[in-house]
Amino acid sequence: MKTFRILTICGTGIATSTVAAEKCKQYLTKRGLKVEVVECKAVEASGKIPVYSPHVVVATTPVNDSALHGTKKFSGLPFLTGVGMDKLADEIAAYLQSLE
Amino acid sequence: MDKCFEFDEKVIAVGLEVSDREDALRHMAQMLHDAGYVRDTYSEAIIRRERTFPTGLPTGENGVAIPHTDICHVIAPMIAVGILKTPVEFQNMGDIEDAIHVKIMFMLAMNNCDNQVKLLSELMQIIQDQYLLKKLCIAQSVTDIGRLLKDKIHF
Repeated sequence: MKTFRILTICGTGIATSTVAAEKCKQYLTKRGLKVEVVECKAVEASGKIPVYSPHVVVATTPVNDSALHGTKKFSGLPFLTGVGMDKLADEIAAYLQSLE
Repeated sequence: MDKCFEFDEKVIAVGLEVSDREDALRHMAQMLHDAGYVRDTYSEAIIRRERTFPTGLPTGENGVAIPHTDICHVIAPMIAVGILKTPVEFQNMGDIEDAIHVKIMFMLAMNNCDNQVKLLSELMQIIQDQYLLKKLCIAQSVTDIGRLLKDKIHF
């Protein structure tokens, strides 16, 4: 089974993206997907994306379109607030599956 | 062995009356400073950070904010809690153009020690509990808040 690479992006100070990353992995694994999740800060994103080549980005902070290098971005807020988590997980799963 | 995070009543406020977001941030940062958790630089740093990396969360009926800043401004880890008398506008963490009417503020003083990520994860569980958020909003005293949050965070 293909392993999808997910990059989570947060602001500065504390790691909201780590929290979002754990939930994201949990929810996607439940949907039968194999995922690897890596985190970085917003300021590092532009450099990290070409190197790591994530299939998708999940952000808990505003990210410049130019930093994304064309990678699809989802807002990770639902993984923090609990509001709309299943819907988001469904959307990410559907997108990843469409890449195969 | 699971440790329980203990909230400190010295940094809990109910019925907080503030003029705007920065007033709210300043007030709570002052509480943390007076209680010895953060340095002098924390207040300005948290206000500055909020301007570019907002922390308003769309949690439904009762908006929540989790303001925080870099670890260098923190002396000891703590979470200050403020229930605002009237909601104050913060920007949405995921969309800076979107305003959240915040009623509950959890101001985080984290210095990367003691399983910070686990702590944050547990706090998120609280934030996702609509029933608990409602109870926090109508709490009448600092002691009530303390009681509602007691033993809620394990790390």
